[in-house]
Amino acid sequence: MHEMSLAEGIVQLVEDTVRADGCSKVKAVWLEIGQLAAVEKEALRFCFDAVTRDTVAEGARLEIIETPGQGWCMKCEGNVPVTALYEACPVCGSYQIQVTGGSEMRVKELEVE
Amino acid sequence: MCTTCGCGAGQTLIGGHALKQRKAGGQKMQYRTPDHSAHEHDHVHEHTHNSIDFGTGPAGAHAPGMTQARMVKIERDILSKNDSYANENRGYLAAHGIFALNLVSSPGSGKTTLLVKTIVALNNELKLAVIEGDQQTDNDAARIRATGASALQINTGKGCHLDAYMVGRAMEQMKLEDDSLLLIENVGNLVCPASFDLGEAHKVAILSVTEGEDKPLKYPDMFRASDLMLLNKCDLLPYLTFDANLAIENARRVNPNIQVIRISATSGEGMEEWLTWIKAGCQKAVAGRMGGA
Repeated sequence: MHEMSLAEGIVQLVEDTVRADGCSKVKAVWLEIGQLAAVEKEALRFCFDAVTRDTVAEGARLEIIETPGQGWCMKCEGNVPVTALYEACPVCGSYQIQVTGGSEMRVKELEVE
Repeated sequence: MCTTCGCGAGQTLIGGHALKQRKAGGQKMQYRTPDHSAHEHDHVHEHTHNSIDFGTGPAGAHAPGMTQARMVKIERDILSKNDSYANENRGYLAAHGIFALNLVSSPGSGKTTLLVKTIVALNNELKLAVIEGDQQTDNDAARIRATGASALQINTGKGCHLDAYMVGRAMEQMKLEDDSLLLIENVGNLVCPASFDLGEAHKVAILSVTEGEDKPLKYPDMFRASDLMLLNKCDLLPYLTFDANLAIENARRVNPNIQVIRISATSGEGMEEWLTWIKAGCQKAVAGRMGGA
């Protein structure tokens, strides 16, 4: 359940932004979550609803953009898609893969009023 | 803070005392809505309380059919707060030549026993301190203190991992010695601690041979985040069907660069290699402080 801590992190970033921006209401929060980021999206939604209560983000819509996992296969010397950390290269079967994308967890933007 | 699962600062205890509120987390803010702007001021109101002013939005105007909604770019990592606390911790540790390890594993892997043996072996050679993370009880810190080492217990309440803020406050309270070793025993959990940088030099994953060989595949994030895996309780291998080579192969599947030491806190197998690894890290931290000073 580290999604609860992540949701708290999101609310902190939202509050910082609202304070700097001076807007009065957050209508939606857009996140970018990588496929390899170890985040359970449904758990994050549940936690987000819980921790936004009595904050400026109460009732805000949570939009999650999932970014694909990507890696660099050292054997193929090329970019390959990675859907899970324990998977082999879909081209050559090697496990020598350096993950290059899909582990990000970012707050991208807010829709405010 | 959360009434649903209890995560958050509310139940976190360091050495039995409540963790003070995080710098940015605890403040409640008051926001003005267009039909309820600051009512606390004492000049004469020229508007009525039930009016709606469409001009108070950020655009300062209103066009029919258009709402005042707009997008604000943030582009920041969700864990950026934790990471900034982790960087503070890392800076402090580097400046004081302290080598810090974050020990992660599932409950029952033999972490604390291994830690006790490690401390006993190193006590005369190194200055060291331990931060213990558990949801409840002071039991582990008490076991460490019995060796004579200084230990501080963090209770995370219902929280499932240590974060950089908790560790930073614990470090403040402990007054760590220069050129020492700091061992941080995380909450027994192979999932959540993977994402939280504490400012340590390395995460060390402990997997015991009484678990499954496929644990690195089942919990890949933790083995991915770790630089060293200790395969613990190796003295039991003759009595089990556990395939040590397969476990190591699985760990390397998720993390081709992970180092592995086969170890047993009971028989002492592999202890020398582990202690040598620690001492090399400590020397590097001391050299880094000298170089940076």
